[in-house]
Amino acid sequence: MSTTPTAKRDRVELIALYVVSIVAAFVIAAILVNTSGGSWSKAVEAMINGAFKNPGRWGETLRRAAPLLIVAAGSAIAAKAGIINIGQEGQVLIGATGAAFIMTKIHPGSPLMLILGVLLGMLAGAAWAGISALLYYWRRVPVVLSTLLLVYLSSQITGYTMTRKFLLLEVIEGSPTKIQNSAKTAVNSRLGIMHIFGNNVPLTVPIAIIFAVGVAYMLAHSVWGFRLKMLGLNPRTAQRAGVSHVRFGTMALLTSGAAAGLAGSLMLATGESNYRASSGFAASVGWDGLLVALVARNNPYASIPVALAFASLHTGSNFLAAAGVESVLVDVIRGLLVLALFIPPAVSELRKKRRVLALMTERA
Amino acid sequence: MLAFLGSFGDILANGPLYQSTFRLAAILVFAAVGEWVAERAGTINLSVEAMLLGGHFASAIAYTQTSNFAFSLLVGAIAGVFVSSLQAYLSHYLNADQFGIGLTLNILLLGLVAFLEPNFDLSTKLAGETKIPLLYDIPILGPAMFGQRWPMYLVYAVIPLSWWLLMRTTWGLEVRAVGEDPQAADVTGIHVNARRRHAILYTGLIAGLGGAVYLLGQVGRFESGNIGGKGIIAIAAVIFGGWTLRGAVAGCILFGYVDALRLNLPNIVGHDFNAQLLAALPFLATIVVMLIFAKHTRQPVSLARPFIRGLK
Repeated sequence: MSTTPTAKRDRVELIALYVVSIVAAFVIAAILVNTSGGSWSKAVEAMINGAFKNPGRWGETLRRAAPLLIVAAGSAIAAKAGIINIGQEGQVLIGATGAAFIMTKIHPGSPLMLILGVLLGMLAGAAWAGISALLYYWRRVPVVLSTLLLVYLSSQITGYTMTRKFLLLEVIEGSPTKIQNSAKTAVNSRLGIMHIFGNNVPLTVPIAIIFAVGVAYMLAHSVWGFRLKMLGLNPRTAQRAGVSHVRFGTMALLTSGAAAGLAGSLMLATGESNYRASSGFAASVGWDGLLVALVARNNPYASIPVALAFASLHTGSNFLAAAGVESVLVDVIRGLLVLALFIPPAVSELRKKRRVLALMTERA
Repeated sequence: MLAFLGSFGDILANGPLYQSTFRLAAILVFAAVGEWVAERAGTINLSVEAMLLGGHFASAIAYTQTSNFAFSLLVGAIAGVFVSSLQAYLSHYLNADQFGIGLTLNILLLGLVAFLEPNFDLSTKLAGETKIPLLYDIPILGPAMFGQRWPMYLVYAVIPLSWWLLMRTTWGLEVRAVGEDPQAADVTGIHVNARRRHAILYTGLIAGLGGAVYLLGQVGRFESGNIGGKGIIAIAAVIFGGWTLRGAVAGCILFGYVDALRLNLPNIVGHDFNAQLLAALPFLATIVVMLIFAKHTRQPVSLARPFIRGLK
């Protein structure tokens, strides 16, 4: 039934749908800007300047994109196994907090501390996701819900560690310690930054790409990936074939938590919020990373351009205030854009189904 | 030890604590009862948070413009329906991922409200207090349950109405059938995805109303952070209640009580608690409660499974 001309038409149709719905999302955003007294052309210019054109900005965009990609690749692992982990925001934060314990406490740091810190960060992220796995496989609490609840909990718990000196609160001699953040990480436990054409590109960028490609390869070509996919597509068949739901499900969830923790600890190691952890440290990297994975339909390769697009929205938004537009506009654009990216594949599926149905009734 | 028991007694006999329990539970009940209907139809709406916020914000605008309480409540409910129609049509007409849509709507609404808020000079007031005679005189519980501002009493209408709709009407039977076995329902001629959409729209109606009631019957001043996670806790209450209405309402009361404790504990006990840990209390309690109770429940068989005819 799927002859070549139909397949080709489907693809053209899909691309056209993508173009239409993305344009529609931006038009809605433009109308919002203009009706609230701003100028959309100035807003667009500011965003392009903020994301790419101004000196040093595309480096910033890459810096933001790298953790998004890591989080997205991690989400894909859980999603392939049919597990809906939506708590990346909390796992990123807990990962960064975990890393901060090593990176700030041990002075003078050595490069070993970097590795230890990142490892502890991954472990912390995995443990945080592990709570959800435990709750699900032991007590049948849906993973969607527990991961989400843990996001709310994570910022409070991290906030708490920033109020106690024996935990992470920075101790400044002779001044009241009111600022609730950790001390700066030790210089030796920081990750290198490359200087390319006047831009500071942190080493997380190549790490993220390697990570995403690695995950894509493992999912597509390894026994491990095959088992995960089997579990996701049909848990009963998987169980019959010896893929334990509990074991592989838990592992998928732990791995995706560890990826989020990796993203968080690498952010800390490359100087996010001036090498200090705080309860707002994750700065939506978890949410954005999750959305990247959803939009890219859990394909790590496709996540690379999507992560870049989301990152440029974020860095672009930093310049919006100067153009007289509230920077929260970018949250609106991001939401509309994600909805716009959800619609075309769904519409295309629907139309395909209708065509098949029409064909069948014709024959009958 | 005696002091400990004494303060324990203080907590149990504290009138204001019960009053704020009722108030905090009421908002959860609106969201949870709506979400209960949707989950019985086999869908999980993370966007119930966005529906609450939509109702909260829209009713604030409506009240600023008209100063009419009833009208503002209506506008809140309509806003909730609008948000839920996005969830309903995107996830059960187009079959996009329901969690993705729900999460995106939450982010979108929060951004939209934060973006639009400075453009409106919002000024809202609380509705008047109404004491229901006789019932008000019941010790401790009377003032809490029957001495509230009048929009709060809508909660007493919403619970039986939702029960009747889902348990005693043909529509409700079909909604429940769709949540249990969509294939069988489809064969008997029930339009599965239409029923699910209806259920989600009903969730929006009730949650939007809840957001409006929260504004005009309880907080009185709009802030975009007011809703912060209440929708999620309402979803937890539905699961805690084992997908029964009774259980969901009980869950709301329990979580409302914990939230009220968070607000009132420092006053009652006279001891300063760490603010962060107190703020974490409702979420922590939710997780612990789920840990204890979640296993003994039976969920709608097709919960969170999209229905596409011809595909199992």
